[in-house]
Amino acid sequence: MLSIQNLSVNVENKHILKGLNLEVKAGEIHAIMGPNGAGKSTLSHVLSGKAGYDVTDGSVSYNDKNLLDMPAEIRAREGVFLAFQYPVEIPGVSNIYLLKAALNAIRKHRGLSEVDAMDFLTMVKAKVKALDMDEKFLYRAVNEGFSGGEKKRNEILQMAMLEPQLCILDETDSGLDIDALKIVAEGVNSLRAENRAFVMITHYQRLLDYIKPDFVHVLADGKIVKSGGAELALELEEKGYSWLEQGV
Amino acid sequence: MTSDHLTVLKSQALEKFNAFASNSAREEEWRYTNVSALAKKNFPLATNESEINLEALAQWKLENCYHFVLVNGFFNEQASYLPKAVDICALSLESESEDDDDFESVLANEKNGFLVLNFFHSNNGLYLNLEKSEVLDKPLQIIHLTTQEAMVNTYHTVVLEENAQATIIETFINRDNQSYLSNSVLECAIENNAELTLYKLQNESEKAFHFGGVYIQQAETSKFTHHNFALGGLLARSEIHCDLDNDSECELNGLYLGQNRQHLDNHTRINHNQPNGISREFYKGILNNRARGVFQGRVIVAENAQKTDSQMNNRNLLLSADAEIDTKPQLEIYADDVKCSHGMTVGQLEEKSIFYLQSRGIDEETAKHVLTFAFANEMVEKVEFEPLKQLLQQQLLIRLPIEL
Repeated sequence: MLSIQNLSVNVENKHILKGLNLEVKAGEIHAIMGPNGAGKSTLSHVLSGKAGYDVTDGSVSYNDKNLLDMPAEIRAREGVFLAFQYPVEIPGVSNIYLLKAALNAIRKHRGLSEVDAMDFLTMVKAKVKALDMDEKFLYRAVNEGFSGGEKKRNEILQMAMLEPQLCILDETDSGLDIDALKIVAEGVNSLRAENRAFVMITHYQRLLDYIKPDFVHVLADGKIVKSGGAELALELEEKGYSWLEQGV
Repeated sequence: MTSDHLTVLKSQALEKFNAFASNSAREEEWRYTNVSALAKKNFPLATNESEINLEALAQWKLENCYHFVLVNGFFNEQASYLPKAVDICALSLESESEDDDDFESVLANEKNGFLVLNFFHSNNGLYLNLEKSEVLDKPLQIIHLTTQEAMVNTYHTVVLEENAQATIIETFINRDNQSYLSNSVLECAIENNAELTLYKLQNESEKAFHFGGVYIQQAETSKFTHHNFALGGLLARSEIHCDLDNDSECELNGLYLGQNRQHLDNHTRINHNQPNGISREFYKGILNNRARGVFQGRVIVAENAQKTDSQMNNRNLLLSADAEIDTKPQLEIYADDVKCSHGMTVGQLEEKSIFYLQSRGIDEETAKHVLTFAFANEMVEKVEFEPLKQLLQQQLLIRLPIEL
């Protein structure tokens, strides 16, 4: 589904990603771990199409298409979803408006008709309930005045509604207490499917107790320095990152 | 006064207006808004047409309202629907003042040329007097429709006696995208504990000149709320003056939405003359292309107006590098125990917000429209009368094409 080859990226003329390789197949969950400043968030931003990232080398192919050629909204419509580390507050735009506009933009791209208003409401209310959110959130401005945990849950709600193929979770566990973490993890686990893949970017192993990855990669100094199974995360938790960084 | 004498004064008023327009740039109060183009236009005075196509009115007439319709400044009874058993009528100049001295005094002393012009050349206007504790059961919509390339002057006077309550909606529209001057003045006395909610929807043609003056005298514990939506006009100036007595309260909200070469000036003055007054002012501006906005908010707190509580806020969104805003708060405080604040911001749409919407599948242009609409809609959401709120949202959506 996703094939990243030798990806090199500059941000403000600073070399951040230095030849990163990653293969993700449908149905898999990949965790990308690494110390601060290794380039984890840069990777998520480049994949989702944020401006300000200069790809100097390499390629990213998504479902056999060149992902890097697509504007951000086309990536979203093609099924790429980024759950933000810092979800943006948008005063004056209600959650339900955003969900509906986004869903319809994606449906239109796929040649489907606009969602029926009643079906939409039934669907969104069921997902809100599953994430243990208050229905009132739907009518509040996007993320405005939400607590850290509420913002992260809201990201998962959007993900659940938009049914993407490739879900990128950027530090989704940060700012969550243990109860919120469990709810978010359940939300993610319920979305696991054969045709869907997850890339979870995380600093800590904690999230992986609740969402079990198939593969764990260590990102240090702009590239993947070690890959393994779920057990690698535990090893990292015990030893830290420094033993890997020294080898770079 | 003899009609000959009045004719002379009327002609002097026109001369005074032209002189004022030509020299407006020198007046401090008109520093950011040069109206000399009007002197060159030399519009004739509007005339009363007998046969007139009123189809244009239909889309602007709000439901569940009384309607007071003026076409080119002349009261149109046929298109109007007035409340019964209420002291309401159409004014004409002759009924305004019987004292010759008033006429001479306005001509000699009034500095604002629009007010001189308005005083002498308004044809018709609303007269409404609500008696003690009388409550107007529905909003009264005043519709100003212009269909001539002319000067249209209207003067309204409203009196709300003790405990009376009214909602008035001023609407300014044009039929054929013409060039003209619409010059309207509304004066209101709000007596003890009475309440006036006044809405203004200025949707003149983008070739038109507009002056709208609102002058409010507030007695003790009275309340005045104004919602000012400036969408149209090539050059439009809004003036709102409020004089507050003990424990009275005024709230001024505004939205100006300029595009192309529109110039939208908002001039407000709140006089806290007595103690314990509250004023809240919140204006938002969105300027695109080469549009220019002006916000001048003046608050004067008199020496004995202790415990005054005043807040002023003006936020602007510039959508183009060529758009301009001049924002100028003026607080003059002569009392020592007051709470007064003001805040002004000028900014652009935030990149991170645009990206967030894009990352959910919404294209960049729509994302910008959604965010701009949201910025404007905060002011529309304050409108409590649902049919007007819907009309305003429709108007915003015409300018910002998004699907709601």
